Amino acid sequence: MADHPVEPFLAERRARAAVAAPVAVAVPEVRRPTWLGHLLEREHVLAGVLLAPTLIILAVFIAYPFLLGIWLAVSDKVVGRPGAFVGLENFRVNLNDAIFLRAFQNTFVYTFIATVLKLVLGMGAALLLNHHFRFKRIVRASMLLPWIVPTVLSTLAWQWMFDATFSVFNWMLMNVGLISTRILWLGDGVMAMGCLILVNVWRGMPFFAITLLAGLQTVNPDLHEAAEIDGANAWQRFWRVTLPLIKPIMLVVVLFSMIATFADFQLIYVLTRGGPYSSTHVFGTYAYEIAMRAAKLGQGASISLFLFPFLLVVIVLQLWYIRRND
Amino acid sequence: MTTVRYGSRLKRAVTFHVPLVLMVGATLFPFYWMVITSIRPDRELYNVQMNPFFTLHPTLKHFQDLFALTMFAHWAWNTLFIATVSTAISLSCGLLAGYALARLQFRWAAPLGTLIFVTYLVPPTLLFIPLGDVVKTFGIGDTPWAVILTYPTFLIPFCTWLLMGYFKTIPREIEECARIDGASRLQAMIRISFPLAVPGILSAGIFAFTLSWNEFLYALVFLSSPQQKTIPIGVFTELVRGDVFYWGPLMAGALLGSIPVALVYSFFVEHYVTALTGAVKG
Repeated sequence: MADHPVEPFLAERRARAAVAAPVAVAVPEVRRPTWLGHLLEREHVLAGVLLAPTLIILAVFIAYPFLLGIWLAVSDKVVGRPGAFVGLENFRVNLNDAIFLRAFQNTFVYTFIATVLKLVLGMGAALLLNHHFRFKRIVRASMLLPWIVPTVLSTLAWQWMFDATFSVFNWMLMNVGLISTRILWLGDGVMAMGCLILVNVWRGMPFFAITLLAGLQTVNPDLHEAAEIDGANAWQRFWRVTLPLIKPIMLVVVLFSMIATFADFQLIYVLTRGGPYSSTHVFGTYAYEIAMRAAKLGQGASISLFLFPFLLVVIVLQLWYIRRND
Repeated sequence: MTTVRYGSRLKRAVTFHVPLVLMVGATLFPFYWMVITSIRPDRELYNVQMNPFFTLHPTLKHFQDLFALTMFAHWAWNTLFIATVSTAISLSCGLLAGYALARLQFRWAAPLGTLIFVTYLVPPTLLFIPLGDVVKTFGIGDTPWAVILTYPTFLIPFCTWLLMGYFKTIPREIEECARIDGASRLQAMIRISFPLAVPGILSAGIFAFTLSWNEFLYALVFLSSPQQKTIPIGVFTELVRGDVFYWGPLMAGALLGSIPVALVYSFFVEHYVTALTGAVKG
């Protein structure tokens, strides 16, 4: 340990630690360190060794594919033969493709409406769960179920509930007498988009509810009492006391959810496959359609790449926010 | 906890009980629908006159069909194997990296932490096309390794991020005591810090396991032969033929595919919630 400049520092820490953490520690026998052990005593060497597996995996399976994706997006690569550089041709094709433009619009509509609804409903759910009541633990645990189970499987259940002939919603509405002919839930683009947003909200709302609940539980109840004594009603207390205090966690949850919703694939692919008549595609599903089903890898990669600028904005916002809080 | 006083029982019912019941009802209804569909016989399922909410003739035929007509048992095994191995790989990497970023002082600590956080936000939708190429290059397409090696791309950043936060909550002094008593840095890490991080490891592990159990896009793109598929892919691709949906077996498969994750989750609700909230706070 001769090469360690921190001895006096450690001694001081020991004195503090003896008070701070009276923990019984199994003392390993003292051995003369081998050269390897000696090397690993250096912090930057040890850090390199510990980080190597992670960095290798991330380099091979994220950084390299990302660069490869950029190359594919400017090439005319199709399955089974090498591609050649074509410049921005793929992007030009995309911007003249009506289905792509519809997908572009859908992605933003889907993300925006679903995120707002998830935030509002999630906040409502969190406020409800912040009360004391019987079976609270079970209710809270079951709330998260839509988030836990495989989205594909629960979306299949929704697809069955939206079935053109056997929809349970139609059965209920007809028996109550509200409608006389069946509603085709997934029959046209607007209705289908509404259903997609509904299922997305159902699936994602618990994430908002549980994380916002964690935020609510950190709010000091004394503040509420003080505000109440000063004459604030429940609504004012929510807007003026609770909301400002949980704004940070709210912002982070919204940003996370926006990324996931913006890049969604499975929910849309399972429920509508982009249909009817390609009216509900988003970037993810249309990229899959072009790359995997039409075998145009270059064209598909250029569609996925449209996700990137938006992601970048959100990531920068997140980083800026984390920095500010540090 | 906020204390809320209500003027009357009626007010409490309207502002609290009714919304709560509606919320729980809406949350759980699709699961009820899976269960009831999977046990109703076909002649009731496809009869619009029948009340669809219950059945007087429950049957296990859909479950029998599921196992007889598809490779569901294979899929279940694949899913379990893939989720377990990719979780183990990601936890090991995340544990080491999280420790290094939280505890060791070296020049690249801050930028590397940022880098790993950024990769955490990169969605599979952005990468699946070129990644398909990479998988093919390694010759692991249509094998479990295609997804076992790619799931860590979103699991490792998450595990690292969560465990880094966890290590920061463990007082440094405990480790320093052991160092003073003669433990090497490595010994202190393995024998002192890692055991103290077990709750964090459990949280990250459970979250990672459910994420890989549920993954869809990579498995859909990288696995193609029926015996290699995972449950979400198998149920979705093998029980829908063109326009024909086999709803009974489909819902039976959806139910059986959901139960294991729901069970794991129910045993570790608190750990899961910690991971969920920790994942966003950072």
